[in-house]
Amino acid sequence: MTARDSLSPGLSLSKRRARSAMWFLTPMLAALFFVAAWPLLRTIYFSFTDTTLTNLYTGKWVGFDNYLSFRQLSSGRVIWRGTLADMSWWNAVWNTVRFTALSVSIEAVLGIGVALVLHKEFVGRGLVRAAILIPWAIPTIVSARMWGWMLNDQFGIINDILLNVGLISAPIAWTASTETAMTAVLIVDVWKTTPFMALLCLAGLQMIPKDIYEAAKIDGVHPLKVFFKITLPLMRPALMVAIIFRALDALRVFDLVYVLTPNSKATKTMSVIARENLIDFDKFSYGAAQSTLLFAIIAVFVAAYVWIGRVDLGGGSK
Amino acid sequence: MTRKNLAKDFGFFLIVALIVIVSVFPFYYAIITSFKTGTSLFEVDYFPTSLDLANYIEVLSSQNFVRSIFNSVLIASVTVAFAMFLAVTASYALARVRFRGRSTLLLTILGVSMFPQIAVLAGLFELIRFMGVFNTPWAMILSYTIFTLPFTVWVLTTFMRDLPMEIEEAAIVDGAKPWQIIAFVFLPLLWPALVTTGLLAFISAWNEFLFALTFTASDTQRTVPVAIAMLSGSSEFETPWGVIMAASVVVTVPLILLVLLFQRKIVAGLTAGGVKG
Repeated sequence: MTARDSLSPGLSLSKRRARSAMWFLTPMLAALFFVAAWPLLRTIYFSFTDTTLTNLYTGKWVGFDNYLSFRQLSSGRVIWRGTLADMSWWNAVWNTVRFTALSVSIEAVLGIGVALVLHKEFVGRGLVRAAILIPWAIPTIVSARMWGWMLNDQFGIINDILLNVGLISAPIAWTASTETAMTAVLIVDVWKTTPFMALLCLAGLQMIPKDIYEAAKIDGVHPLKVFFKITLPLMRPALMVAIIFRALDALRVFDLVYVLTPNSKATKTMSVIARENLIDFDKFSYGAAQSTLLFAIIAVFVAAYVWIGRVDLGGGSK
Repeated sequence: MTRKNLAKDFGFFLIVALIVIVSVFPFYYAIITSFKTGTSLFEVDYFPTSLDLANYIEVLSSQNFVRSIFNSVLIASVTVAFAMFLAVTASYALARVRFRGRSTLLLTILGVSMFPQIAVLAGLFELIRFMGVFNTPWAMILSYTIFTLPFTVWVLTTFMRDLPMEIEEAAIVDGAKPWQIIAFVFLPLLWPALVTTGLLAFISAWNEFLFALTFTASDTQRTVPVAIAMLSGSSEFETPWGVIMAASVVVTVPLILLVLLFQRKIVAGLTAGGVKG
């Protein structure tokens, strides 16, 4: 009998390792079940009941009533109820989708731009990289308040600059007016998260071997063509991952909208309206239905993105 | 030729300058504003005009605000420590041991980190009420685990996977048990990665808003972001902008210093989750 056999007879080394791996994983998986899976299941359950905030345990099963139900009046008129017949919900869906599409595409373009600049060698590059980390480091709530002040209609510096340059003739109530509220939110979001996009793109750029560029230079290929035929395709994997991270953040956006443009119909997102119903309006189960829908939308989006874009999220884990 | 190059260099310089100004200006403007009081607040100045510390004195003498800083430090530290503790062993198993379903498990963990927080809000609310920790720091410590833990596991796993097989082999041959391998072989090598992930997880816990807003009810239990969001005057027209900016500067300066100090590590950590993963 060798020493190894005496430790746990009949098991090979790799089996033994796999068994201890299980023990190492259990606490982490238990914690995740406790704070993620269980609450999610409860939210979904609540969405099929008439639970209220004050009485969490007396809710009755109501089926799909929180999602969609109808009742026929004696006059023959049909009344639809539930989130799916709620105009304010669809308004929030539209706001979220619009916000996500616009912010992520602007950030992708600007992020690539900034990454290209930072990829060049120049004096003070380290300082510039430090500077772009500042918006990223500032808490979202703080940036919402800072920009809320800068975008103030009467005393804001943005209006002052635009008036001085002559781009506008009268001050704009950026955050209060329904026409500009979304623009205000977009400005702050782009300012805050372009650095993240830029850093991920930069990491992608740095993985492209330099000799490809030298070959292109020798062949006299136009820089624009180099960008579209070499740089962009080669940094695509990094870009795709950056875009999905950002898109998921944008789809669940809450804090920025809640603080910068409180109660504005033009910016209220799915997360904002769901929390409003859950906590503020005491329509707990109705809010749970909206949360569940948001979760479903995000799940479908991720699946579609990974499938269509063939993004390798688990890259290297094989 | 040289003239063309000069124009090109100048254009590049302009772009760089624009990037720096746009990045830094809002914070610079917040600092200028924080030193202003009274009517001077309502004059737009591009350069510092006064150095009045009144706003800072008001912020730092407010008991609730100081308390909220203390709350945030406590919550973020405990959350990060807890996540690290669970993540080190878990990512060893995920990175170094082959077993069936490993990639599925990794993808699930990544999926949890992308969870929309609102989807678990109702369930967490019930759980927190059930455990009797509503309106205490534990409510946040518990709920923040949903994003700090998957993130830490993910980054540490990518880091450990890149370490060569040989470092473990000697220990295995010597008959070391897995926990000994983690404690004596990997932990010393992991320090840089632990600092990076710890810092990033700390920042995300420090900045969290939705859970902190929902799971606290009294002013003494607020975290910093909620306290700042709730700073307001008696009416819409009396928003105390100077005080808000001073509070913002107070909680942001340490963060910015940390980020600049650990710049390289942070960039490496941010991209490890994205590009390599």
